[in-house]
Amino acid sequence: MSKFKKKTNTSQEIPTAALPDIIFMLLFFFMVTTVLRETDVLVEQKLPSAEQLTKLRRKSLVSYLYVGKPKSSEQFGTEPRVQANDAFININEVILFVNQERDKLDENDRDKMTLSLKVDQETKMGVLSDVQQELREANALKVMYNAPPKSAE
Amino acid sequence: MGKRMKQEVNAGSMADIAFLLLIFFLVTTQIATDKGLQMRLPPKPDPNDPPPEIKFKERNIFKILVNSQDRILVENEPYGDIEQLREDVKKFVLNEGVNPDLSDSPEKAVVSIKTDRGTSYEIFIKVLDQVQGAYYEMRADKVGLSAEEFRNLDQSKDDEKELYDRGREGLPMQISIAEPSKIGG
Repeated sequence: MSKFKKKTNTSQEIPTAALPDIIFMLLFFFMVTTVLRETDVLVEQKLPSAEQLTKLRRKSLVSYLYVGKPKSSEQFGTEPRVQANDAFININEVILFVNQERDKLDENDRDKMTLSLKVDQETKMGVLSDVQQELREANALKVMYNAPPKSAE
Repeated sequence: MGKRMKQEVNAGSMADIAFLLLIFFLVTTQIATDKGLQMRLPPKPDPNDPPPEIKFKERNIFKILVNSQDRILVENEPYGDIEQLREDVKKFVLNEGVNPDLSDSPEKAVVSIKTDRGTSYEIFIKVLDQVQGAYYEMRADKVGLSAEEFRNLDQSKDDEKELYDRGREGLPMQISIAEPSKIGG
């Protein structure tokens, strides 16, 4: 009997003193990698998915335009609208927006500016082509149709 | 001197606090998905120049039309399955003058996508995705990569840029997005 009752002297506790450090490390990782949402998107955004995606290498050269039905339809109607930064803009203000964004960039990066178009999948091509005509007018020719990757079917 | 008390801050709940913060950031984080289909728009026409005379042989243009009911017409034939488009574009581009209905050479081949104002964006992206996919696959085949590896080549690195340029050579991605017709919408 005594054979089994023998107790070892080693402590059976796992030292947890370093646990906060580990958690803090994780915490800092997420804090550093987090990008807080800068703009409130006021239009519906259900992006169509695609397969042939390319990544944008330099985020600083990208400006966003959101196109879709306004979320609060009683306030803004149901027609698709264009949103830049935090506000709706008219189609003819797109040039102004592009030029403002371009002025923010470094001089030798200006021709590399990319416009990322986040367009709701129910939008009609008419609106999109109006926007594209304005972009051509503003000489912002690099566009990207933002689309999430297709999930495996 | 009196007996010194062992002074210690109770740090047992530190982990809990840290966990709380961690979970907060986990929930609020959204990993930015800046991925999409890249395109280059044509420059705006110069008002001083007359519109350039475009001489394309019929055979060198692969016409894709989408109407406001989201029906697709490819080379004047109704088209059912979008997935099939990729193979057809490849056949068209890599024809090298064999079939008299398809392109003369990859350099001359143009894929034209024309939509209606009432066409939905979703179908447009699907079509564009297929056409770009065809081009990426052809370029990737040339350098012996998969299409996905080819798309992810980092052009800021010299060796990868060389691969990219080699794949691109002689296979220009000429996709024309025509102005939509004004019916519907």
